[in-house]
Amino acid sequence: MTKHSRQKPVVLAVSSGGGHWVQMQHLAPAFDGTEVHYATTDSTAADRVRDGHVHTYPDANKDTPLRLALCALRLAWIVLRLRPDVVISTGAAGGFLAIRVARLIGARTMFIDSIANARSLSISARLSLDVADRVLSQWPAVADLSGAEYRGAII
Amino acid sequence: MIFATVGTQLPFRRMLHALDDWAGSNPGVPVLAQTGDGQCAFHHMETVEHLGQREFRQRFKAAKLIVAHAGMGTILSAAELGKPIVLMPRRSEFGEHRNDHQLDTAQEMMRLSNVTVANDAEALHETLDWYARYAFEVEMMPIQPDGAKLEPLLDVIRTFVWGGHEEQQQVSSNNAARSL
Repeated sequence: MTKHSRQKPVVLAVSSGGGHWVQMQHLAPAFDGTEVHYATTDSTAADRVRDGHVHTYPDANKDTPLRLALCALRLAWIVLRLRPDVVISTGAAGGFLAIRVARLIGARTMFIDSIANARSLSISARLSLDVADRVLSQWPAVADLSGAEYRGAII
Repeated sequence: MIFATVGTQLPFRRMLHALDDWAGSNPGVPVLAQTGDGQCAFHHMETVEHLGQREFRQRFKAAKLIVAHAGMGTILSAAELGKPIVLMPRRSEFGEHRNDHQLDTAQEMMRLSNVTVANDAEALHETLDWYARYAFEVEMMPIQPDGAKLEPLLDVIRTFVWGGHEEQQQVSSNNAARSL
């Protein structure tokens, strides 16, 4: 399927479980009218999604290298199969990994750092600065210090 | 009556033991805790290692007070449902998290009217005693998301998703349709 045959953009929204996922749900109104797919680490997340498809991937961080590799493979599979027009993540590590793969297929990519990072960017956000089209912090002072953009916040 | 959660990723026994101790001296107050940690026994409160999202939300709604680590998911849920919440930030020096970002989160979220921060067991006990004096009947309104902050963020994402530029955001969906 080529992108030109699509009537509306395909969005892949990637977030770990817990707070990253809750923040993605707060941002979900921005996906209205698109074909949205969620990728997350918590298989019970589908309970709360009214509109959209839910894919799961293994949770991992830099201290769990084997799981991180599995996480990268699973996300690569999801990205390459869906061929989304846009990949958006609210973190954590999985979001960065998905964005890296998404760049290979020419998708537009945005990393929105968790509002929990009130003093400095997360590692995943910092890594995304070199890869993603846009990296947003939800704190103006963090954006000023880091090269990310501040464009608002969830709360 | 009290629902406690420390998320599902890392154990947080310092908070759970402090809560269990308090529950021991307040046997009339039912406490349920999601511990994310099957290895540790508690004597004065009911525990569950992990709840699915649907049941988590039911328990959350049914509670009168939330006690939690300073995780944003829990803080946002408490704001949305208008639940008073006591936060104990995880500390890296006790091996409770990889870094101290929960201290920053707690510091910033104290501005929400439903949030109290307790940095240690003593502060947690004092806060719980205060709520107990009011029989946990403390009126809270849901905290509305700050539209002045949320709307611009949604606009940026909406525009990005449709491949337009921000100055065109009002017509971004039309532009996207035309470019297909």
